[in-house]
Amino acid sequence: MPKPIIVAENVVKRFGKITAVNGISFEVKAGEIFAFLGPNGAGKSTTIKMLTTMLRPTSGRLILNGHDVTREQDRARKSFGIVFQDPSLEEELTAYENMQFHAVLYGVPRNDQGKRIESLMRLVDLWERKDSMVKTYSGGMRRRLEIARGLLHHPKVLFLDEPTLGLDTQTRNLMWDYVKKLSKSEGMTIFFTTHYLDEAEAVAGRIAIVDHGNIVATGNSNALTKQTGTKRLEQAYLKLTGESIRDETSLSNDGLAVRTQLRNSRLR
Amino acid sequence: MNVIYILWLRQMKRYVRSRSRIVGAIGQPLLFLLALGYGLGAVYEQAGEGDYLQFLVPGIIIQTLLFSGVFWGVQILFDKRFGFLKEMLVAPVSRLRILLGNALGGATISITQAILVLIISFALGFRPYDWWLLPVAFLIMVALGLMLTSFGAAIASMVEDFQGFQSINNFLIFPLFFLSSTLYPLTNAPDILRIIGSLNPLSYAVDALRFVLINQTHFGITKDLIVIGVALVVSIVFAVNRFNRIEA
Repeated sequence: MPKPIIVAENVVKRFGKITAVNGISFEVKAGEIFAFLGPNGAGKSTTIKMLTTMLRPTSGRLILNGHDVTREQDRARKSFGIVFQDPSLEEELTAYENMQFHAVLYGVPRNDQGKRIESLMRLVDLWERKDSMVKTYSGGMRRRLEIARGLLHHPKVLFLDEPTLGLDTQTRNLMWDYVKKLSKSEGMTIFFTTHYLDEAEAVAGRIAIVDHGNIVATGNSNALTKQTGTKRLEQAYLKLTGESIRDETSLSNDGLAVRTQLRNSRLR
Repeated sequence: MNVIYILWLRQMKRYVRSRSRIVGAIGQPLLFLLALGYGLGAVYEQAGEGDYLQFLVPGIIIQTLLFSGVFWGVQILFDKRFGFLKEMLVAPVSRLRILLGNALGGATISITQAILVLIISFALGFRPYDWWLLPVAFLIMVALGLMLTSFGAAIASMVEDFQGFQSINNFLIFPLFFLSSTLYPLTNAPDILRIIGSLNPLSYAVDALRFVLINQTHFGITKDLIVIGVALVVSIVFAVNRFNRIEA
């Protein structure tokens, strides 16, 4: 059995009185495509933010590619690529300049930079538009560029935080095709969160259903339906997480929103 | 390419590509120079203080550095709001280097603007006391540029939104500017203004520049340089400290 590339042990993240992640533990094997599925505010993004060094866990341990995420930040950072939930490109630079910026920041050897940027931008069909300012790009093009950028430093793990949010079906399909291809050809581990059950079902080898800051069930789509005695993943999902719509507090359980909310409540 | 260089280069590219920003940033000091320089010039001369434009130019150069340096902090706020800061913060690069690259970019921009204002003031009739001292004036401007961009970066790291930055601007930057010796001499100012002005590090910066450019000083150059040095170190430490606390 291959060694796990991501390990979470009893990880807790609290923002003031709100517990966003409540003692989560899981392992992801190298080369696996792993999905986090859960309602708004379940703690998906907070977990990704902790795994990618953006937030420090309140307690618990996170290991990425053999490096402790909080203690060996730089080594952990070199091991992963990330496509954030929100856009994170510099609009006033061209697509190529955005890629170059990333290459330098991640210490990609100078001689490889040009070649790698070209092949990745060709992969996501953006090479013809490489010298256009990112501000002229459509939402789908930006996402594709972000994926290409996330792969530039040959990460062992690629994190995708709701990568298909707001994309049309064509772009979504295209994007998942790239991702699956990469996972197969490079043996890259993919860790993604999504709200689309069909996506998780089609792409992920293993799905973890997350609710109230913890994992309530793990397995592939078949195992999850069997476990809950349902026919389709959607039914299994609803059975596990309940039918009710989340209230405001849990809706905004990601880091920034919680901090803003705490600040607002203090102001009031 | 080096990390600090690419961070600096990005700031430069942004600056050169937004021409409206260049014009806008020079417009304000120019307005001050023209309106105050010419508007108050006659009164100032009647009071027996000499040429007001000569007196005003060093102040307006510091003003340019102050406003463009601190406003440059908005860049960090922009990066925070529009997500590009995350890209920088998860990279395997220390926060110190990220701050340094960005702040050097910001300082280069504000010093460029201050030099443009100085050149324009030559066209308006400003004459330095000794042309050979211009490189010294340049060094003072560099120190001030670094100090004020660090200050701007620190402030931007602390606030979450543009409204917050705006109120800091109103309650901190404008008083810093008006309650210093940028626009009027402290020598004959009412006690309250003189005391506040003497507590304001900006007054010392203006004073140092005045000493170099028009051979006129209120505090004495030694005191000026000590205050500038201390303020520079404090601003940088403040910026590093605040920037380290940003959570993406």
